[in-house]
Amino acid sequence: MDFICNFPFFSIMISMFSGIVSSVLGRKAAKWLNLISIWVIWFLSAVLLYYIFGTGEIIVYKMGHFPAPWGNEIRAGLLEAGLALFFCSIMLLSMTGGRKKLMGEVVEEKHNLYYILVDLMLASLLALIYTNDLFTAYVFVEINTISACGLIMIRQNGRTIEAAVRYMIMSLLGSGLLLMGICMLYDITGHLLMSNIRDAVSSIYSAGTYPVPLTVTIILLTCGLAMKSALFPFHTWVADAYGYSTVSSAAILSSLVSKGYIILLIKIIYRVIGFEVYRASHIIDVVFVFGLAGMIMGSLSAIRENDIRRMIAYSSVAQIGYIYMGIGLGTRYAMIASIFHILSHAATKSMLFIGAIGLTDVSKGSRHFAELTGSGYRHRIAGITFAVGSLSMVGIPLFSGFISKLLFAQAAVLNTRKMLPALIVLAISTILNAIYFMKTVIRIYTPTEEEGETITMKQEKVYALTCICFIGLNIFIGMCSQPIVDWIGAGIDMFA
Amino acid sequence: MGPNLWANFGEAVSMILFCIGFANLLLHKNLIKKIIGLNIMDSSIYLFLALKGYINGHTVPIVVDGVQSVDAYINPIPSGLVLTGIVVSVSVTALMLSLTIRLYRRYQTLDLDEISKRLKKEGL
Repeated sequence: MDFICNFPFFSIMISMFSGIVSSVLGRKAAKWLNLISIWVIWFLSAVLLYYIFGTGEIIVYKMGHFPAPWGNEIRAGLLEAGLALFFCSIMLLSMTGGRKKLMGEVVEEKHNLYYILVDLMLASLLALIYTNDLFTAYVFVEINTISACGLIMIRQNGRTIEAAVRYMIMSLLGSGLLLMGICMLYDITGHLLMSNIRDAVSSIYSAGTYPVPLTVTIILLTCGLAMKSALFPFHTWVADAYGYSTVSSAAILSSLVSKGYIILLIKIIYRVIGFEVYRASHIIDVVFVFGLAGMIMGSLSAIRENDIRRMIAYSSVAQIGYIYMGIGLGTRYAMIASIFHILSHAATKSMLFIGAIGLTDVSKGSRHFAELTGSGYRHRIAGITFAVGSLSMVGIPLFSGFISKLLFAQAAVLNTRKMLPALIVLAISTILNAIYFMKTVIRIYTPTEEEGETITMKQEKVYALTCICFIGLNIFIGMCSQPIVDWIGAGIDMFA
Repeated sequence: MGPNLWANFGEAVSMILFCIGFANLLLHKNLIKKIIGLNIMDSSIYLFLALKGYINGHTVPIVVDGVQSVDAYINPIPSGLVLTGIVVSVSVTALMLSLTIRLYRRYQTLDLDEISKRLKKEGL
């Protein structure tokens, strides 16, 4: 028991130190260190999850053994351990799926730098999941931003550097707002630990002493994190950043980085501000409206796009909109739907990126739809992966996307005031999703006269294995949804 | 409002600075001016924090002559936060500057819109 308490801390530190050690290692050694450290963290998280399932107690690790109001804490419940496990799995699959492409796109001397960035990224994501201290969360948000910027620009061309600059600007605006929010919260409550802040906030709220500063703080925190996770009006950098970076980076960025910030926001809602106080402030309605707008606008941009990678990137804007819509509905059930969609979108989006790269490989490296015709026959496993991902995004039963849409619809019905707009936009957005994903799937399975390069499963065994794992994971989330929903529900109850 | 504003003069100044920095970072086309905006924004937050930690009439929180009473010293935590924040903002600024240098070498301009236009022309 005592030893398991250390596991969250170990996970963060293993990942961080392997990043530091990689800086003096060669390419091969850095690659293996990265792989091994992700596996070790995966294993630690799995043990932690199993342990918390068994005992049902929350693990609190005091950094340096300073007691509660002064020290820094790491806190792990069901949801945290499960998310860490899931993020490690996606990270592992994204890295193995894009490894071959990495060789071609990144200069060989820089490969160990790439692994450093990935290690730091994982460390900061784990820290965002586990930390119980707001200022620590801010510091890791910045580490996350810097390593994400590195992941975008590791493939050196004009597009990626410009994308990295745009990403940095948007992120820095967001983190400025977040930091200001944290400072103001520290001011009115006098604490930095999340649980202490919540007690202070609830007493301030019931006494009614600082209504305006409290509202401003909630606005700043929400707005900052929404900016960083590419909610609709702040999504301009998404297409370039996901569209031109190397494929592992795109998969990691779209499926994990933006999700890390949303997890932090959910944590702030439950553990810092308190769900009731957050709901009573009308920020939640604003989040709801922007979520709905994102669902439509992201899909519209994706339909207009003529480049497969950029299309997938814009589709993430729509999916982020779904998640914020769920948060905006403001019920426990809707929050479960949002967290489920975080999982389902992370599994599906990385899969689409990995699938798309196989398709472009057999189409002379072009990403335009005209060249992609019939590529599903030339690279079968990539075609199947992309088709499964598309079906899941559209919301066909059997795949994970269906369950998250179903959960969102059920949650919307339970909220009488927001039911109508949520259901209408959900329906429109599903149709729009179907338009652009099905268009692409039909395109890649249209037979063509042209003879192109063909790649079989035997030629790329690792890639094929990754694709099969992705398909398996997606079907697993789609088929075994009830245990996952129960787990999220129990996790949210432990969260507060 | 008047006396309240006067009592919180420093905080009001830091908020105005924050807005100036934020607008600069968001709206300027020139990359260097954007970075200056970033630094103004971050410094305003540190000013705000430092003001919040200061207590009138108290001294630096270093124990001298065995005085251990809480009433003698200012709150040290905001100063610690400011230090951490400065480290973060320095590293972020360095990264932004290095990106700016790379873009300038490639396109001979600091105007972000101009760079985007040229990228579209290149049609990569």
